[in-house]
Amino acid sequence: MANVLVVAEHLDGALRKVTLSTLTFAHQVAALTGGEVIATVLGEGVDSIAQELSKHGVSRVLVDDKAVFSNYLAENYAPAVAKVAQEVGATIVCGASSTTGKDLLPRVAALLDAGMVSDAVSVADDGGLKFTRPLWAGNVLTTVEVVTPVKVISVRTSDFDAAPESGAGAVEAFDTGAGARDDVEFVSFDQVKSERPELTDAEVVIAGGRGLGSGENFQMIMDLADTLGGAVGATRAAVDSGYAPNDWQIGQTGKVVAPNLYFAVAISGAIQHLAGMKGSKTIVAINKDPEAPIFQVADYGLVADAFEAVPALTEKLKAL
Amino acid sequence: MKILTTVKRVTDPNMKIKINADATGVVTDGVEYQMNSFDEYGVEEAIVLKENHGGEVVVVSVGPSAATKELRTAMAMGADRAILVETDEKLDSDAVARVLAEVIRKEEPDIVVMGKQAVDSDRNQAGQLLAAYLDWPQATFAFSLEVADGWATVGREVDGGTSTKRVKLPAVVTADLRLNEPRYASLPGIMKAKRKPLDTMTPDDLGVDVAPKVKVLKYEAPEERAAGEIVEDLDALIGKLRDEARVL
Ligand SMILES: Cc1cc2nc3c(=O)[nH]c(=O)nc-3n(C[C@H](O)[C@H](O)[C@H](O)COP(=O)(O)OP(=O)(O)OC[C@H]3O[C@@H](n4cnc5c(N)ncnc54)[C@H](O)[C@@H]3O)c2cc1C
Ligand SMILES: Nc1ncnc2c1ncn2[C@@H]1O[C@H](COP(=O)(O)O)[C@@H](O)[C@H]1O
Repeated sequence: MANVLVVAEHLDGALRKVTLSTLTFAHQVAALTGGEVIATVLGEGVDSIAQELSKHGVSRVLVDDKAVFSNYLAENYAPAVAKVAQEVGATIVCGASSTTGKDLLPRVAALLDAGMVSDAVSVADDGGLKFTRPLWAGNVLTTVEVVTPVKVISVRTSDFDAAPESGAGAVEAFDTGAGARDDVEFVSFDQVKSERPELTDAEVVIAGGRGLGSGENFQMIMDLADTLGGAVGATRAAVDSGYAPNDWQIGQTGKVVAPNLYFAVAISGAIQHLAGMKGSKTIVAINKDPEAPIFQVADYGLVADAFEAVPALTEKLKAL
Repeated sequence: MKILTTVKRVTDPNMKIKINADATGVVTDGVEYQMNSFDEYGVEEAIVLKENHGGEVVVVSVGPSAATKELRTAMAMGADRAILVETDEKLDSDAVARVLAEVIRKEEPDIVVMGKQAVDSDRNQAGQLLAAYLDWPQATFAFSLEVADGWATVGREVDGGTSTKRVKLPAVVTADLRLNEPRYASLPGIMKAKRKPLDTMTPDDLGVDVAPKVKVLKYEAPEERAAGEIVEDLDALIGKLRDEARVL
């Protein structure tokens, strides 16, 4: 049996879309190995999440619904995931390359004596499973092989569409036997509440850079995003300068996004930023410097002062 | 308090990286190296911990002998002594974590502060693996860290906002951007660092087999995105987005 286990993520009582993209990756792996795709949900009060997940082409969803899982802690989740992996005979354990996936999956890998691939963007069978992953800020793409029997993969979800509904799997309660460790305590999750879509899920992303000059000036980015129903992103320089929250950072060391439409406003186009957005379908750059490197990756470039162009664009789009 | 921090020698992130002729690695001729930027935050935080709580900062690198330069830089910033686990093998994060685990079993630090990610291999694994191998708690992506009464309270950068957790020491913490402002090495610091102790050992000495669990078979350059066109004005842009790209 070469089954594929997907570790589901949920937020605010809902399945995260990154998990559906991870499922697409899992289906591709299972098609190569001939195994089943099985998912696991850990949490408290997660039945509806498990039900939702079971509709997306998984054969089984193993749920451990317990108070100890009410808040995510790697120390408590990792042994539980490892237990499920052993229970279902998983040779591949995968999850999204989100902050939770990045925090959790290496710990799972250590418990399973598994090698781990970070940020897989494709899988193929070429005399054994081969994965590709970008590194060096997306300057290099490598093909890698995991030599351990069990392999742990974090999936760059921007490279995979969300798995559609298809067939119903069985939702099963499974006791992982997890207890709470006494050397770790969850204190708080301070969510930035927003009406806007999640950055990694959005069809449209409007990102602002250091050229905006202040946090207040990000308002025009937000106005444009709201007009287009998009999410707001930022460069590291904008985050470093305190113009934007860290959660908005796009790039090598932030989030990776691939929306239908990406606006880079007052962003120079450093390689580390491109690493997080160059998979976008259509890229628009607005920059006052005609030599800015961002124009080399933009489908449409507008050489203009953002302070004039962006509010005017928002008005014109509203009038459409 | 004994604080252990780690540094990786990485290629200068501002250099353009090229694939070598037989696709087995990247061109290293003429490439410059420096301390992984997230490790600068880790070293800084280790020094701040020492300043506030007293104790000792030990800095460790696993890699080629040339990594003594990055270890000296960390000592010039304020680390007290260094350990180089010397190897020329291409390491995966797992091998690094298993080597570090053995160093830590000998050194018995109260806390380990690392970078969240090495910006050459971009894996973001070593701290978490290390914590798992030691069966210690972990606090990744730290933007704030406070130690009191044998526990660390850590603010973490996570999707959707920030999160806070408490970990009992010993624990592994990995640094994110906003944790601090790494100091520059001062000239006296650099002079002093030359005389600080630097121990060298090998993975063999520690009994660790560093053969990778994840083998790199091929390196290639990703497809470049072609530049598009410069549009005249906003109306032209909207026209293109609506009629050509069909994204409006
Ligand atoms: C290890 C490492 C990791 C990194 N990770 C990331 C990452 O994940 N994400 C990331 O984004 N960066 C990252 N960086 C930083 C990156 O190298 C760049 O410094 C950063 O992306 C630059 O941000 P910026 O384009 O906002 O600022 P700048 O490079 O300062 O560019 C500002 C731009 O705004 C334009 N501008 C100014 N005023 C106006 C105006 N009124 N109207 C229109 N245009 C205007 C200017 O012409 C300029 O092009 C990383 C760097 C390192 C070393
Ligand atoms: N060869 C190494 N020597 C010392 N520390 C390392 C090494 N490789 C990784 N690390 C540490 O582990 C962190 C995460 O690395 P990685 O998992 O490879 O992205 C880095 O920021 C370093 O602090």
